Amino acid sequence: MANKISHLLVALSLVLGLAFMAPSAQAQVNPTEQSVNEGALLEALGSGGNVAGRITIPDQNAGYLIKPDNKLWAALQGETLHQISIWAVIGMVALLTLFYVIRGKIRVDGGLSGRKILRFNTIERFAHWTLASTFIILALSGLNLIIGKTVILPLLGENAFGTLSAWGKIAHNYLAWPFMVALVMVLLLWVVHNIPNRLDVEWLKQGGGLVKKGVHPPAKKFNAGQKIIFWAVIAGGAALSYTGVMLLFPAVAGTPADWQFFQTIHALTAAVLSAIIIAHIYIGSVGMEGAFDAMGTGEVDENWAKEHHSLWVEEVKGAKASEGRTQPAE
Amino acid sequence: MARMKFLCDADRCIECNACVTACKNEHEVPWGINRRRVVTINDGLPGERSVSMACMHCTDAPCAAVCPVSCFYTTDDGVVLHNKDTCIGCGYCAYACPFGAPQYPQTANFGTRGKMDKCTYCSGGPEPDMSQAEYVKYGSNRLAEGKLPLCAEMCSTKSLLAGDGDIIAEIYRERVITRGYGSGAWGWRTAYGETVTV
Ligand code: HEM
Ligand code: SF4
Ligand code: SF4
Repeated sequence: MANKISHLLVALSLVLGLAFMAPSAQAQVNPTEQSVNEGALLEALGSGGNVAGRITIPDQNAGYLIKPDNKLWAALQGETLHQISIWAVIGMVALLTLFYVIRGKIRVDGGLSGRKILRFNTIERFAHWTLASTFIILALSGLNLIIGKTVILPLLGENAFGTLSAWGKIAHNYLAWPFMVALVMVLLLWVVHNIPNRLDVEWLKQGGGLVKKGVHPPAKKFNAGQKIIFWAVIAGGAALSYTGVMLLFPAVAGTPADWQFFQTIHALTAAVLSAIIIAHIYIGSVGMEGAFDAMGTGEVDENWAKEHHSLWVEEVKGAKASEGRTQPAE
Repeated sequence: MARMKFLCDADRCIECNACVTACKNEHEVPWGINRRRVVTINDGLPGERSVSMACMHCTDAPCAAVCPVSCFYTTDDGVVLHNKDTCIGCGYCAYACPFGAPQYPQTANFGTRGKMDKCTYCSGGPEPDMSQAEYVKYGSNRLAEGKLPLCAEMCSTKSLLAGDGDIIAEIYRERVITRGYGSGAWGWRTAYGETVTV
């Protein structure tokens, strides 16, 4: 009890002391002088900090006075992503050109047999071409937003480039939806054929037979290389879809910091996936004899199939054979 | 040529919002857009300060760095302007701007924001100076008339300064030395990479 009273006395004397001191202190200190200071405030906030306060207009976001870190995103978008996107495309095209010069077109070693096997049915081809056509327009209109000002603007001039980009943006916003539908279709149609297994290890060890002539590691419907493309498209497509939808609905996505994040992931994924798809387009067209038919007419030459998907040919032929046969009595 | 800047001496700002109103009126700024605004820091606490802020017309402007259609340009006066005919309303400049200057007439989903609008330092856009087309898109062009931005010119306490960066910095420096204190040239570090040292 005595203790408490002594505490109280100390506190009281402090308050009184201050009260007595106040007038003299006021004489020396100008109260308006004690204010928030920009330099000290920025330093105290550190990186990631924003100078914010009260605002009387309805848009409460306007209460953020200074967001210094926005400049970091500006540098990332204006320089880093710009460079990455350009080099992803140029790098892959250069690599493929080199490959074409060294290896040439991959021919069917056994020559064409003239006999055809159905590889992809109408639904599979519809899903593939919906995905592919929307992807190409999405990639071109998207890439235009990053590198168009360097590549296309000087060719077209500001007015025409602005109009083109505005159309590209509309195309990008609307074609995203069929792209997502096709992505789900492709996933459902082909996921069973794309589960990795031991054959893939062997296939990869032999370089897929891409490097050396006459080497043809066995594969089912899809070989390890195609499985890599498949999963890259599924994962990359999902990432692009998710971040893209967030960019379309900024209110759902959250704050400007979230928009910056989604935009960065979107642009990075787009650069990587575009490079992968360029390689895919190469091998499906000029890079390999007989490959385009699989998605063109849906039917491939039997010799092509035997070389690139030996086990799949056996499966198909086996199924055909057992279909034709009536069950033998046991 | 002068390098035009804004400087808000927060120790003088009384948060009357006249600069905000004058700007809206001078340029017939669309609903929902405030090219200038006043933010009060440490509101209600001892030492609170109000700062009037608009586009700072940055050196190496971050908005220009990210614009996919390169529609920004810096005038001989160091003013950062943009071309609304080219703008596609992607929103990137608003992501990049440290001062929340770029704004949009629409906020609908699906990336339909309309053409970006921001402070022009009362100096219009790419159209011929003081033309009707320029006025409709960007507001009046006081600089072409030999006048400074209206917000600063009508500021009753002369808190908001506009004009050549070196001159307004000197005015601010003198004020700080005379009265013995100053809360800093708000935004200068971020916009110009340097502040006013006293
Ligand atoms: C799947 C659904 C997708 C949606 C919803 C979507 C949405 C968006 C949105 C909203 C933007 C911001 C620019 C604007 O407003 O136009 C954007 C930018 C972009 N998109 Fe997509 N997108 C999708 C798929 C793709 C695909 C498949 C690619 C192909 C590679 C792609 C590549 C890009 C690129 C490169 C940008 C520019 C990023 C930047 O400026 O840094 N997007 N996308
Ligand atoms: S304040 Fe914002 S809009 Fe103005 S020049 Fe700087 S980054 Fe661009
Ligand atoms: S909104 Fe307009 S001005 Fe801003 S970055 Fe996009 S195109 Fe450029």
